[in-house]
Amino acid sequence: MSTTLEKTPATTPAFQQVSLARKTKNGVATVLIWLSFLIAVVPLVWLLATVVINGVKRIPYSNWWTEDFGSVLSDEVGGGVLHAVIGSVLQGLVCAIIAVPIGMLVAIYLVEYGRGKLAKVTTFMVDILSGVPSIVAALFIYALWITTFGLPRSGFAVSLALVLLMIPVVVRSSEEMLRIVPDDLREASYALGVPKWKTIMKIVLPTALSGIIGGIMMALARVMGETAPLLVLVGYSAYVNWDIFGGEQAALPLLMNNERVSNPFDEGTVAFDRIWGAALTLVLIIAIVNLLAMLFARLVAPKKK
Amino acid sequence: MRPGDRIFQFLTTGAGVFVVSLIGLIGLFLLVQAIPALQADNVNFLTSQTWQTDPNDMKFGIMGLLLVTVYSALLALIIAMPISLGIALFLTQYAPKRLARPFAYVIDLLAAVPSIIYGLWGLMVFAPTIEPVSQWVNDTFSWIPIFAAGNVSPDMRGTIFTAGIVLAVMILPIITSLSREVFERTPTPHIEGALALGATRWEVIRTTVLPFGKAGYIGASMLGLGRALGETIALAIILTGAVGREFTWSLFDGGATFASKIAADYAELNNEISAGAYIAAGLVLFLLTFLVNFAARSIIAKKGD
Repeated sequence: MSTTLEKTPATTPAFQQVSLARKTKNGVATVLIWLSFLIAVVPLVWLLATVVINGVKRIPYSNWWTEDFGSVLSDEVGGGVLHAVIGSVLQGLVCAIIAVPIGMLVAIYLVEYGRGKLAKVTTFMVDILSGVPSIVAALFIYALWITTFGLPRSGFAVSLALVLLMIPVVVRSSEEMLRIVPDDLREASYALGVPKWKTIMKIVLPTALSGIIGGIMMALARVMGETAPLLVLVGYSAYVNWDIFGGEQAALPLLMNNERVSNPFDEGTVAFDRIWGAALTLVLIIAIVNLLAMLFARLVAPKKK
Repeated sequence: MRPGDRIFQFLTTGAGVFVVSLIGLIGLFLLVQAIPALQADNVNFLTSQTWQTDPNDMKFGIMGLLLVTVYSALLALIIAMPISLGIALFLTQYAPKRLARPFAYVIDLLAAVPSIIYGLWGLMVFAPTIEPVSQWVNDTFSWIPIFAAGNVSPDMRGTIFTAGIVLAVMILPIITSLSREVFERTPTPHIEGALALGATRWEVIRTTVLPFGKAGYIGASMLGLGRALGETIALAIILTGAVGREFTWSLFDGGATFASKIAADYAELNNEISAGAYIAAGLVLFLLTFLVNFAARSIIAKKGD
């Protein structure tokens, strides 16, 4: 050992002699930091395992996907969640139809026109809006739609509340995508005498489109998991209801909550299977929408020069 | 300007103005709807802990809701802050570059799980698991007020303790992802400088990454706090109501937060006068989250300049 040491060059790096205290601190920090990551992974795995293990009992059967709970008793095995899937998808789509144009216009404003104070305030308010609790959004729509306008509780009222929650997410992701579009493209278009609005519609938007769609789908997946607006703004129905403007309409989170409140939901009960089956269905739908979003996003990943 | 341009600019700017005015509209509509109930209120709205919404004898105050809301959110924050810091440091400084992205994605998945599923998992799976822990803490440290026996059933399930831990898991991703973004922007020369002076990995973090990212990390944590304050359905499921009992600062109390109270009693919205009490509670929640988010965004925006 000592002979090899003597042979090494005289310029041994000075910082090889790290004191024990510093080494220990470094070691402790490393362990803690690794540990904190593992701590966060535990609940995720635990949560997903719970949903899959408890939820998988019913969903492989075809009637889970093709029937509603209207024809079965609340403690009777059978039926399915078709009514809730229809409600969730309808309410989500109607929400997207309203929220996406508004969100994209705001994003275009911020990227292409926004200068000065109004743009700053808009950015700030979009951020604040993204922090508005879903129950507050629901109460606002309740105060506006039901108390002030005197309209009935409906799936559409839910969609309106979801719009408030979806707009900030759409603005954020669209803004990011629009900013990636190289300025050369815009300038080339202006140089050819194309008006600004046409440049935006025909050049800028198509370039960013698949990324924007990816962001929209992520936002959609998020709002489809919301429960609070459903509680306040629509009643639960065990039957399929295609009418979004009237009557009671189910949605997956609402179904879960309804089963939880109205039936004993200990392990082995029908409500237990229904709740976790619906949970797994919801997670599957969200996963599919997210996968599609990632696919779209990959399609457009900003082209590197 | 060409007419097409004028119309387009008007549309996008209009969308921006619309989003800005939304925040004001939410506050305004909630306030207008809350006023009649507040006038009929027979106890002090701000200081009373009772919540009675009998239309003929309105006695409702927010103090009980406020205490439970803030207490559970702070508990969540105290748990989530160090863990998020650890994960953000792990992702930016420790994880191999190739794995950092997938790892970050795994943490983001926690945010994609609908909160109703967190609630069900929290009450049915997580609470029974940590019951021995809470029982032991309660038995051993009951002389400390926050660990004293609370006012809900002794099985320790629907407590602020359980709710706080579940909330902590729910706000981990938002704190982590924002902190990670800030830590990533630590100037490389700073890190290299510290390394050249012989600093250990932990010393590099302590002397360069942490000071640089401190403001962003605090801002991110406040956004997490805002999220925890407004969380609705998970808390409505987990927390067991403690009827007629005053708040005692015990972690093993039950209770209701603003959001969980509104979600649990949504049926009362059908009575116009009772509804006002809940809308007033919603207004207070809105103001609370607005202030927290406002402060958080201000901190983050200042750092960005």
